[in-house]
Amino acid sequence: MENFIWLIPALPFLGSLLLLLFGTRLSRTGVAILGVGSVGISALVTILLGLQFLSEKPAFYHQEVWQWFNVAGFSPSIAFHLDALSIVFIFVITFVGFLIHLYATAYMAEDTDFSRFFACMNLFVGSMLMLVMADNLLLLYLGWEGVGLCSYLLIGFWYKDPANGYAARKAFIITRVGDTAMAIGLFILFQTFGTLNIQAILTQAPEVWSVGAQMAVLVGLLLLGGAVGKSGQLPLQTWLPDAMAGPTPVSALIHAATMVTAGVYLIARMYVIFDLAPVAQLAVAVVGAVTLLLAGFSALTQYDLKRVLAYSTISQIGYMFLALGVGAWSAGIFHFMIHAFFKALLFLCAGAIILALHHEQDMRQMGGLRKSMPVVFWTFLIGAASLAALPVITSGFYSKDQILWYTLAGPQGSIWLYLAGLVGAFITSIYTFRMVFMTFYGEAKTHIAHPPGMVITIPLVILAILSLVGGFIELPHNFAHIALFSGLMAPVLPGITANELLAANEWLFQVLAAVVSLGGVFVAYLFYQRSPALLQNLERSSFAMKLHRFWFSGWGFDALYDNLFVRPYVFLANLNKRDIIDSFYTGLARMAEGFHVMFSQTQSGVLRNYVAGIVVGAIMILTISLLL
Amino acid sequence: MNASTMEAALLLAGVLFMLGLISVLIRRNVIFMLISVEIMLNAAGLAFIVAGSKWVQPDGQVMFIFILTMAAAEVSVGLALILQIYHQLKTLDSDAANFMKG
Repeated sequence: MENFIWLIPALPFLGSLLLLLFGTRLSRTGVAILGVGSVGISALVTILLGLQFLSEKPAFYHQEVWQWFNVAGFSPSIAFHLDALSIVFIFVITFVGFLIHLYATAYMAEDTDFSRFFACMNLFVGSMLMLVMADNLLLLYLGWEGVGLCSYLLIGFWYKDPANGYAARKAFIITRVGDTAMAIGLFILFQTFGTLNIQAILTQAPEVWSVGAQMAVLVGLLLLGGAVGKSGQLPLQTWLPDAMAGPTPVSALIHAATMVTAGVYLIARMYVIFDLAPVAQLAVAVVGAVTLLLAGFSALTQYDLKRVLAYSTISQIGYMFLALGVGAWSAGIFHFMIHAFFKALLFLCAGAIILALHHEQDMRQMGGLRKSMPVVFWTFLIGAASLAALPVITSGFYSKDQILWYTLAGPQGSIWLYLAGLVGAFITSIYTFRMVFMTFYGEAKTHIAHPPGMVITIPLVILAILSLVGGFIELPHNFAHIALFSGLMAPVLPGITANELLAANEWLFQVLAAVVSLGGVFVAYLFYQRSPALLQNLERSSFAMKLHRFWFSGWGFDALYDNLFVRPYVFLANLNKRDIIDSFYTGLARMAEGFHVMFSQTQSGVLRNYVAGIVVGAIMILTISLLL
Repeated sequence: MNASTMEAALLLAGVLFMLGLISVLIRRNVIFMLISVEIMLNAAGLAFIVAGSKWVQPDGQVMFIFILTMAAAEVSVGLALILQIYHQLKTLDSDAANFMKG
C-alpha cells in the first residue's frame, strides 16, 4: 500500500488539471464525477493506508518520487513522509473534503462556472495534501502557497461582485504577511542546518541549539508568524470573516479541512523547535488564548450565520494554538480532527439553510426552521452541541476538556490561560445556541424555496455521526481511560503529564467545564427563547450598544489596519500618481519631440535655403578650422 | 609661374566662385541656378589648374578633367529634373517645388 502514497496528492491535482483543460467541454455530471471522484479515490487510498498503518504500526512511511533539483548540495526532493500526525491530517482533508465536494455538486448545481469551481476545489485539496505530506520544508512551502492561491481563487469565486474580489485580495495579502515571516524562518533554518528536510532538522536542532537559544526563539516566532497568517489568529485574523464571500462549500473547506489548519500543522510538525524555544511556545499559547476570547466575543454579536461560524473557527483554532502552546500536542491535534467534523457539518448545514432561503444569510430573517427542515435541524443541533462541548455525549466535550485540563495541569499551564479557555468555552456555548435559537426556533420569517435533497443530507448525516462518536477514541483518564488517539500520536509527538496534585481532582474541573458549557446554553435560552425582553433592555443601554458595535466590527482591527496601513499607502499612491521617477523619462521623450518639431521646420523644401545652409555650415567649419 | 600671376589667378577663381554662389542663392529660376553651379565648378577647376602649374604636377589637370566629367553628368541629370519640374508645375521657379517640406 505504501507504494501508492503518491496517489493521494496526485489524484486531486490530476482532477484539477483535467477540469481546467477539458472542464468546459464536459457535461455537469462529467465534471461532478471527475471533481468528486478524484478526492473520493484519494480518500479511499488514505483510509486503506490508514488501516495498514494501524495494523503494522511502523514509525513512518516514506516515499521519494523524484528529486526536485540539485544545486550546490541543496537537493530537495518530491518526497512524502507519512507518520501518525500527517495521516490524521490527510484523513481529515480527503474524507471531509470528499463529503464537502459531494455536497458542493448539489450546492453549486445552478452555477454557470461549475467546472471552474471544482477545478479550484481539487487544486485546494491537492495543495493542502502536499503541505501535510511533504518531507521537506520547501515542498511544504509549495503546498502552503498553493493553499493561499486557491483561497484567493475561491473566496473571489463570484468575482462579478467587487466586494468578493476585495475579500479575496484581503485574504491573499494578509496571509502573505505571515508567509513572508515564515519564509525568513525557513532561510534561517537552511542557513543553520544546511538542509530543509524536516526530520533532519528535528534531529539536529537539539544538538545545535540549547534550550532558550536566541536563534531557536527567533525561528519559533517567525514560524508562528506564518501559522498566525494562515490560521487567522491574532493579529492577522481579519481576513477570515471576510472570506465568507465565497460559496459555502468553500468556507467549509477552508475552515474544516484545509488552509486554517495549516498553521496548527506547522507548529505541531516543528514541535522540537518550540520545545527549544519556551518563549516562542508561550507566545503560541498567549496568541491562542487572546484570539479565542476576541473571536468569541465578536461571534456573539454577528447576525450573518456564516460570520458567526467564521469567528467561531478563529476561536476554535485559538484553542488548538493554546493546546500546542502548553505542550499538549496530541490534544491540539485531537481537537483539530473533531473540529473538522463539526465545523464542516455546521457550515454545510448553514449552506443548506442559505440555499433553502434564497441566499438569505441574516439570522434575523430566519427562525422556525425546526419543523420545515428536520434533518438539517437535527444535524445542526448535533454540530452545535459538539461546538459548545455539551458534556458526555458530544466529541467536542472530550477534545476541549482535554485542552482545558492540560492548560491548567500541564507543566507549562497557568491559571490565566485556563481562565481564558474557560471563559471562551462559556462564550462559545452562548453564541452557538444563540445561532440555534435564532435560526430554528421562533416564527418562520422567510419562505423556504428548495428543501435540501439527498446529496446535501447524506454528508450532513455522516458528519453528524462523526461529530457525536468521534470523541470516544480518547476519553479522560478518570473516565474509562481510552487513549487511542494519544497512543497513535505518541511516537510522533511527545506526551504530557499532568500535575499530580491537581490530577486527583480532575473530575472537579470536568464538572466545572460541563457546568460552564451548560450555563452558556442556558444563557442563550434565557435571552433568545424564554424572555427576549431581557435582550431589548440590554439594547437600550448605550454602553451595551457601543460594546456591541465594537465587537461586531471585530474589535476594530479592520479600522486600525485601515488607518495604519491602507490609508497611508493610498495617500502615498495618490501623491505619486503621476509617477515622480517616470516624469524624468517622460521629460526625455518630450525633449526629443521638441527637437523633432524644431528640425522638421528647417526642411522647408526651398532649394535656396538648403544651399544657404550648406554655405553657412562651410563658412563655420572653415572659420573654426582656421582659428584652431 | 610667378607668385603674382598665381595670386591673380586664384583671386579670379575666388571671385568667380563667389559670383556663382551668390547667384545660386538669389536666383529663383532653376536654369540660372544650374548655370551658376557650372560657374562655381569652373572656378574650382581654375583653382586646380593654377595649383597644378604652380607645383608642376599633372594632378591639377587630371582633377580638372574629373570635374569636367562630373559637370557633364550633373548637367544631364539637372536638365532632366528641370524638364520634370516644368512638366509638373508649368514654371521654372525653384521655390514652387517645395512639396518635400517636413
